[in-house]
Amino acid sequence: MEENKVVSNCKVLIIGGSAGSLHALMDILPNLPVIDSFAIVIVLHRKNSDDMTLEELLKIKSKTPLKIIEDKIPLDSGFLYVVPSNYHLLFEQNGTLALDSSEKVNYSRPSIDVSFEAAAEIFGSNVIGILLSGSNTDGTAGLLAIQKAGGTVVVQNPTSADMPFMPNNAIKNMTPDYILTPEEILKFILLINE
Amino acid sequence: MIEDIELETFINDVYEYYGFDLGGYSRASLKRRVSRIMNLDGFSSFYDFLSKVKYDADYYKRAIDELTVNVTEMFRDPSFYKVLRNEILPLLATKPFIRIWHAGCSSGEEVYSMAILLQEAGLLHKSILYATDINTKVLESAKKGIFPLRMMKDYSENYRDSGGQEDFSNYYIANYGNVKFSEDLIKKMVFSQHNLVSDTSFNEFDMIFCRNVLIYFDNELQTRVINLFDQSLAVLGFLALGTKETIKYSIAEGKYKQVKKEKLWRKIK
Repeated sequence: MEENKVVSNCKVLIIGGSAGSLHALMDILPNLPVIDSFAIVIVLHRKNSDDMTLEELLKIKSKTPLKIIEDKIPLDSGFLYVVPSNYHLLFEQNGTLALDSSEKVNYSRPSIDVSFEAAAEIFGSNVIGILLSGSNTDGTAGLLAIQKAGGTVVVQNPTSADMPFMPNNAIKNMTPDYILTPEEILKFILLINE
Repeated sequence: MIEDIELETFINDVYEYYGFDLGGYSRASLKRRVSRIMNLDGFSSFYDFLSKVKYDADYYKRAIDELTVNVTEMFRDPSFYKVLRNEILPLLATKPFIRIWHAGCSSGEEVYSMAILLQEAGLLHKSILYATDINTKVLESAKKGIFPLRMMKDYSENYRDSGGQEDFSNYYIANYGNVKFSEDLIKKMVFSQHNLVSDTSFNEFDMIFCRNVLIYFDNELQTRVINLFDQSLAVLGFLALGTKETIKYSIAEGKYKQVKKEKLWRKIK
């Protein structure tokens, strides 16, 4: 894989997904070593409930420690963050996370676009966005914002996605830097900041 | 999205022209809200929007009403209401009179939820629910007790998950796509405008709700508001926040005791 300006200067890796994305994530996350040079933020469309099933699952599967998101906690390298159900996740200039329970975007809260756009705004070229499987248009506008801010954009290869609609929608409306299968995404992440 | 410097200009001008202080609001969220209003109202230039806000007081009012987030639901987080029902109401029941404050009540869904809990516990007759918000438009609507019929399916599920045993539809009358909640509930509620940023404490309460409001404030303002609640809460009273909010950075340790794992604290001294 080619060296790339952002791959060597990443502060945040933000991964968005909807239907079918947990499957892809499970091919990637458990195979990663402990990540310490950047933070990983996961935005999945999930059921509107106050339970922590997703957090508990990802905590078990990830070698990088998971930090439960609460309003205004700092975003630190070396941790995995999962956006809670029924909130949008935003980023503040001072390096903290902010939650927002305003209107749904793309019928979703959390919305991938909202978090991708907020990450692009604060981290610019130091953010990498990955969009996984799903059957919704969420994520495309966010990837465009990341790209415009100088960040790197990866879309799951639709042929490898349980629900190809979401990655296809992104590919139709923009030119991602990479279109990769879950195994290739794993290799890509291993090269970040190396 | 507007620029950081534009957002600061907006905050300064709103303060200078109207005395309304947005300085302690979380910038990430406020920026989205301002951009959203500009979009909704068809402004492509920030400075056109800004002069409209500055020189048209009616438009300013609309902008402020739209800036505040008014998304809420009945029995949001049913497990929280279950704890209220099973653990907290029996403690409040021993009081001769129960005063409750819903701070940032928005369109009132939470106030109606609490009134229903109180009624089922046989406590509503000796309770009064003060509900405040900075947005007078949503208060007007909350006061009427009218909500969209299409929401009732979700709300009755939440109600059931929170331990509700009644038929939820007993609490309202449906008409033309809306429902109106019972006057028995409404007559125990007092709605009024209150700004958490600039107004002071106005009574002593046995329980204060402020759920998913503090997330729109920065740390400093959060601390100030939590201290306002502390001043307004009777000893052994309860403070309820949103599921991702905390008092732990704002108040001396040992003054409050958390109830189970809920975002619910009891003032112990």
